[in-house]
Amino acid sequence: MEDIAKRSIEIIAKAKSIPENTITLDSTFDQLNVDSLDKINISFEVEEAFGIEIPDEALGSIKTVGDMVDGVQKLVAAKPSIPTP
Amino acid sequence: MNRVVVTGLGCITPIGNTIEDFRSSLFIGATGIAPFPPYPEAPGPTQGLRFTQTAAVKNFDPADHLASGILAATDRTAHFAIVAARQAVQQSGFLDHHDKDHIAIIVGCACAGRQSEETETIKLYARDARVHPLTVTRTMASAGASHISIDLGITGPVLNISTACSSATHAIGQAFHMVRHGLVSAAITGGHEAPLTFGFLRAWDSMRVVSPTQCQPFAANRDGMTLGEGGAMFVIETLESALARNATIYAEIVGFGMSADAHHITQPAPDGAANAMRKALKDANASPEDVTYINAHGTGTQANDATEAAAIHQLFGPRGSQIPISSTKSLHGHSIGATGAIEALATIIALHEQQLPANAGVTEVDPTLNLDVILNTPRQSNQKIALSNSLAFGGLNAVLALRHFS
Repeated sequence: MEDIAKRSIEIIAKAKSIPENTITLDSTFDQLNVDSLDKINISFEVEEAFGIEIPDEALGSIKTVGDMVDGVQKLVAAKPSIPTP
Repeated sequence: MNRVVVTGLGCITPIGNTIEDFRSSLFIGATGIAPFPPYPEAPGPTQGLRFTQTAAVKNFDPADHLASGILAATDRTAHFAIVAARQAVQQSGFLDHHDKDHIAIIVGCACAGRQSEETETIKLYARDARVHPLTVTRTMASAGASHISIDLGITGPVLNISTACSSATHAIGQAFHMVRHGLVSAAITGGHEAPLTFGFLRAWDSMRVVSPTQCQPFAANRDGMTLGEGGAMFVIETLESALARNATIYAEIVGFGMSADAHHITQPAPDGAANAMRKALKDANASPEDVTYINAHGTGTQANDATEAAAIHQLFGPRGSQIPISSTKSLHGHSIGATGAIEALATIIALHEQQLPANAGVTEVDPTLNLDVILNTPRQSNQKIALSNSLAFGGLNAVLALRHFS
């Protein structure tokens, strides 16, 4: 969870060109001035970073960084494990 | 019919990201052509290319100008468009004096969001990776025009024109005619292009028209063009509105001519270029004797420069060898859809200051061309009418006639 939160905050900070320490799990996307284009961009970067696909219906309900991290964690946990030989 | 004047200038170019810097480089003859850094995706030290130099924009960080959402949704070409348009609008101060529904935005861009297209295509074909969800908005050729409109809240006619190397000149000509005929009272017009991807360089290299040294228009030893990027934008409006608000007038646009060679997709023909210049002068109600400067298309290729010279002699007769001429491409390179706007900017500054920029980087003019090429230093000159020529692949010719305004 910590790693997912850290990486997610890094992605948001880079996309918004703002310092990571200005972002917390309680930060809302409105507070961070994340507009619809930012949201598409950030979602894609998060998907790429964690190898997941965020469902369309989930995108609309994400209001805070914490919401996003929770969702990412669930999707990562639901990923099929790679069988070992 | 309205008289149409230029009241705002803006640019992001290889020789300056402000009008002041552009002007300084233009008259000093400081070239923006330089070796390009290695492309990481390219094989080997030679990059597989026969040339090593381009004219790239330097010291430009779009994040200094644009919000993160706009940055994510746009290609470099749109960054040039938005920032250059803002400069022109700010300098002009015209927005508060015109109905935003009665302002046009007509710009030229031929290569669209080339960098974004190539980046995503590499990911897709090389790694079967997902394509960024904003690829469509980044690669639309009309994105620059749209973003200028969104950025400034302008709701009148907005168009992008794509006619290869004549795009921006065609765009300025269309905007000029729209203002002249009262379809709109003002316009933002110009061109923008950011095509310097590895794939683009390789494509041009394969045509064997790029200089292995540096673009030297009209030189005896010219060996090709140098590719570039950038953007230049103008505010144009009716003379009446400019005078009413006491605006600085940089030049008057008096004529526009366009023609097609109907000849060959790459080989130019003199008849077409001469025809476009003739039409521009007719549109200006001027005669060939009124022309006191030609800012040439002057790419530095054997074919273009010889054909352009032949067209000048065809139209102007014996005077063809006496009209001062220069190509500024040896400074800012050939930025395809933007180049006509950057050259119009050079021409407008030349008219405004009564000083003609030199054809930099050339010591010996090809004597067979029989032209009065301005060499070494700018030439002081009482100016009347200047022509700015754009002669594109596919034989699409566009010529602006601009007049010194006093």
